[in-house]
Amino acid sequence: MKKFLAILHARNMEFIRDKSSLGWNILFPLLLVLAFAFVFSGPPKPLFKVGVLGEHTLQSPNNDFFSTKYIQFIPVDDRGRALDKVEHFQLDMVVDVGANKQYWINENSPNGYILERILKGTGETAYRRSTVLGRQIRYVDWVVPGILAMNMMFSCLFGVGYVIVRYRKNGFLKRLKATPLNPFEFLLAQMVSRLLLIQTITVVVYAGCNYFIHFQMRGSYTNLFLISLFGAICLISLGLLVSSRLSSEELAGGILNLLTWPMMLLSGVWFSLEGTNPVVQKIARFLPLTYLVNGARAIMTEGASLADIAPNLLMLGIMSALFLAIGSRIFKWE
Amino acid sequence: MIKTYPGIRAVNDVSLSIEQGVCFGLLGPNGAGKTTLIEIIEGIQRSDSGNTLYKGAPVGARFRKEAGIQFQATSLQEFLTVRETLRLFMNLYPRNIDLDEIIRLCSIEEFLDRDTRKLSGGQRQRLLMALALVNDPEVLFLDEPTTGLDPQARRNFWDLISLIKSRNKTVVLTTHYMDEAYALCDIIAIMDHGKIIAQGTPERLMKEHFGDVVLQFPDEEVKGKIEGLNLCMSQQPGWCEIQTHDIDGTIRLLLERGVSLSRMNMRSWSLEDLFIALTGKALRS
Repeated sequence: MKKFLAILHARNMEFIRDKSSLGWNILFPLLLVLAFAFVFSGPPKPLFKVGVLGEHTLQSPNNDFFSTKYIQFIPVDDRGRALDKVEHFQLDMVVDVGANKQYWINENSPNGYILERILKGTGETAYRRSTVLGRQIRYVDWVVPGILAMNMMFSCLFGVGYVIVRYRKNGFLKRLKATPLNPFEFLLAQMVSRLLLIQTITVVVYAGCNYFIHFQMRGSYTNLFLISLFGAICLISLGLLVSSRLSSEELAGGILNLLTWPMMLLSGVWFSLEGTNPVVQKIARFLPLTYLVNGARAIMTEGASLADIAPNLLMLGIMSALFLAIGSRIFKWE
Repeated sequence: MIKTYPGIRAVNDVSLSIEQGVCFGLLGPNGAGKTTLIEIIEGIQRSDSGNTLYKGAPVGARFRKEAGIQFQATSLQEFLTVRETLRLFMNLYPRNIDLDEIIRLCSIEEFLDRDTRKLSGGQRQRLLMALALVNDPEVLFLDEPTTGLDPQARRNFWDLISLIKSRNKTVVLTTHYMDEAYALCDIIAIMDHGKIIAQGTPERLMKEHFGDVVLQFPDEEVKGKIEGLNLCMSQQPGWCEIQTHDIDGTIRLLLERGVSLSRMNMRSWSLEDLFIALTGKALRS
């Protein structure tokens, strides 16, 4: 018992005296709880999403359909894009409340059917019925790009960031500093190594999953490879940035978790960000994973072209350059 | 050179030069500032003031190509064998020593294909030494290279250093073993509290600070017999030590006072004595 207590005490002291880890261990759960409270706060989530075209004051008291609870009415401007979303099951219905009173549902959508019944049941008979046809994107088709991207994120951030911090902590970087190797060569090697690895793994995982699930792939494989390449470079750069100075593995692990968790939850990996809190959507715009997931998903489920994903590639490129520039500037061997 | 850490001046206004082909030994107790000084010279740490010149130019790319460095403790890339680790480091330098030669020099044949994490202390030290030699360095820095080695491994290591010295390489060595410094080093600098307190060849340092020999008598043998003789004496527990240049004269004097020589010991001064005389503490304290 005495020995046990001695070890217990020693480890406790070590933990408490390591200020950075201690701070992190308090901060992380706090941030997590706050993040969840933020994302899942507010009234119950709507069951249906309806795009509303034209001038309309939402939830006007006179209008029964538009005051139905648990239907989220989302103002939309572009009819074509809105109908695309109906086609792809991202919106359940689009209603044009302008002069040309009309509504669109997807023939194949159960939600569309129910919304139509509600619309009629609430006495809205003025609207003309139109339908669009679209295969429902199975959730698995929708979620696959996100899962592959998330796997890339974990591999890139931890595989690069954490490992470099360990090299620094155990003195391997110091040993390399004593050689003619310069930081750029070292970091480039780390980057390329991880890039080769993660691209290969992703191709294998993609092919393996596809063999069993046969998910949708409507775009070009070249584009898909391109966006995954840009995404991987960007995430590795972020890993390098995190690892550029730290020498505590626990702190590095903490910071990497701080980066990966919001990305996992807020980059649209698991659920569409359509209609979520606008602040969440704003945060998502700063997360590299968002651009990777959206780009890959657009290619796979909508057959997006190179021009369609160009903004995503551009953002990933800008972020990579930024992370690398800062990372190599503040890099320390020791 | 000056280097201050919070609360301690690790290197306190030190200046030194090391000639080509010399084995230079930096001695001092733990915490004397040896490692800090040597790492500043190597360009690994930055000093607060002062600079290091190698062949007349500030330490830079050329130095890193031509220097071989062994740190006190180094972790290596995991999951690599000894041979792969050697190859890795060889590829970092434009010029290499032949792989077979280095394997033979450092006696690493028998564990060449072992994972570097599974080496014994002595094997590991030999590998680190081999890594310091891969670029056929002009100048070799070894930070406490034999700490933790068994006596046989230390002797082998000394042979290796002698071999390297014979190729007109410069060796800079930190150690807290006096015998090691004495066996290997042409020049010794003794460091304490961040300062070099003595520097020179081992012989000259001994001569400067001590007489040639020490005569030792048990206390009871000399008690009450040699007071007032103006001999240079030091007191060890139970022993009286007399330091002298003139052995004959001193012995004559002692005999006149009725001191028996039957229990007398005679010994030379060691670097250990020198160190204690200079710093007031034992080297390994």
